[in-house]
Amino acid sequence: MNILNLIRIAFKALQRNKLRAFLTMLGVIIGVASVIAMVAIGQGSKQSIQSQLSSMGSNMITILPASNIAGGARLGGSTVQTLTIDDVKAIRKQAVNVSAISPAATSSGQSIFGALNWPTTIQGVSPSYLDIRKWDLKDGIPFSDEDVRASAKVCLLGQTVITNLFPNGENPVGKIIRFNNIPFQVIGVLVAKGQSSFGQDQDDVILAPYTTVQKRILATIYFRTIYASAISESASDDATDEITSILRKTHRLRTTDENDFQVRTMAELISALSSTSNLLTILLTAIAGISLIIGGIGIMNIMYVSVTERTREIGLRMSIGARGIDILMQFLIEAIMISITGGLIGVVLGITSAQLITYFLSWPTLVSESSIILSFAVCAFTGVFFGYYPAQKASRLDPIEALRYE
Amino acid sequence: MSKKILELQNIKREFVMGTEIVRALKGVSFDVMGGEFVTIMGSSGSGKTTLLNTLGCLDKPTEGTYLLDGVNIGGLNRNELARLRNRKIGFVFQSYNLLPRTSALENVELPLFYNIEISHEQRKQKAIKALEAVKLADRLDHMPNQLSGGQQQRVAIARALVNEPVMILADEATGNLDTRTSYEIMALIQELNQVQGKTIVFVTHEPDIAAFSSRTVTLRDGKVVKDTLNENVRSAKEALAALPPAEDY
Repeated sequence: MNILNLIRIAFKALQRNKLRAFLTMLGVIIGVASVIAMVAIGQGSKQSIQSQLSSMGSNMITILPASNIAGGARLGGSTVQTLTIDDVKAIRKQAVNVSAISPAATSSGQSIFGALNWPTTIQGVSPSYLDIRKWDLKDGIPFSDEDVRASAKVCLLGQTVITNLFPNGENPVGKIIRFNNIPFQVIGVLVAKGQSSFGQDQDDVILAPYTTVQKRILATIYFRTIYASAISESASDDATDEITSILRKTHRLRTTDENDFQVRTMAELISALSSTSNLLTILLTAIAGISLIIGGIGIMNIMYVSVTERTREIGLRMSIGARGIDILMQFLIEAIMISITGGLIGVVLGITSAQLITYFLSWPTLVSESSIILSFAVCAFTGVFFGYYPAQKASRLDPIEALRYE
Repeated sequence: MSKKILELQNIKREFVMGTEIVRALKGVSFDVMGGEFVTIMGSSGSGKTTLLNTLGCLDKPTEGTYLLDGVNIGGLNRNELARLRNRKIGFVFQSYNLLPRTSALENVELPLFYNIEISHEQRKQKAIKALEAVKLADRLDHMPNQLSGGQQQRVAIARALVNEPVMILADEATGNLDTRTSYEIMALIQELNQVQGKTIVFVTHEPDIAAFSSRTVTLRDGKVVKDTLNENVRSAKEALAALPPAEDY
């Protein structure tokens, strides 16, 4: 018995009952399609988080004050003020792996222009902040080091602030706004950056020289944050080490003391977020995988019914010369044909639905080749695995009894 | 008429049913020569079906030797029996056993799928030839449900012929048909026997049908009680002509 003949026989047998073959296939189709679509959603969200983070500057380093011990009681990070302009200067001077550095003094308050006002945040930074955040100006000019030295009352506006203070589309550049009753001249407009991956509106901000914010608004010499940029993404770890040792020196910490600051790199954040979306991918894939197994059980179920229903046919085939192995192969090939055809349709459907999800829901999706290959391999295996048992049952029938089966 | 196609020597077949042993065949011996048309008669319970299964190589005797075309089937395994059925026997069943939703041509081709020596083109040619032999050349693409009972049985006969077997084994082949149609089938079988020299073994319980054969073996209680040559074989064609014309009512 050659295999080509068996494939013809199996194909004809399936052709005789197209609807049933299709319904059996449906389980596999849905299984494969959902695996591919789910993995695409998982991978897509992972990729979009990563690209969003690297658009924020993947070599960005954030330095924050950390808890330290004051008289035996540990204080939370936000209550402690340890970062000063001396730290910034020391890092700028000594750290070879740092290309740019900017302190940030943050205050929230009410911004006012004419009759309109809007609650927002002012960030006191140095001119290099825009490089670190990879942020461009849409209009106007950035403030200069001279403005920092002079504590000039100039500012750059984020898009959300502009929408709320200048709703009629007038150009804010050159206008005077007030923040906590202090007048600032608008010298530039920031491009929209959208939401951060934490859902925070990055455009709801006013940027001003840090000296201005420190002296005129906060009346402090400390910074909430220091932002720095490593010379490259791969140098972030070296830069972190450098910054740590410099800050320990400037803060005069003894070797036994804990750090009174923390240094965070974007890479850490990326890996933390990626592991979350990896978990999401695993969960989605597991659910989809279960539906694939159910599809396989569907095949087994139908093949069983089919064997019983076609007992006479099996008896006839045996009486005209089919061997047990011929019958076994016929039913096995039928099962494999169902699962492979279903798999192919499922792959197409999965890719299509991933694209539809992106199109209609604007969720990012990424169809990976590995998920296609894997789910297709699984469903081919399903065909063999779940098809074998019914096929074996068919091949062991006694032709005499099978022929007389009613 | 020279060659022995079937040789049965003291065939016994016993079944174990629970604690009882049922003896279906209690020593059956007879030979069938090539070109003979033998009917095997017997009431139900006579061992007719068991004998048929044995003759058809679907079952092996408990005792005794059965030679089909010189091959002793006693020493063969399941796969070898299947091959023997494929090459040497053509089955015709009472209920036709055609595959549903499969054209007449494809039904006739079926045995050839299990014969590795036959190519794709040969298969089709042989199947068409077999359907021509049963006068259904114009019904190649018809599905079984588009054919009458008699036509379906003729497709089944074509399927039995297609592998050029040494023997056609028919099991109550006219049992589901009315008199006129069963005479038509018998006329066809007689023609195959007389014109083409096919060896036919026909199992039936109707004496009417037995009259068309050249020899009748009668079984009772698992033994051959009568084995007679039919001196004047009735012609199915004449019997058909003698029937009153089909009435419209």
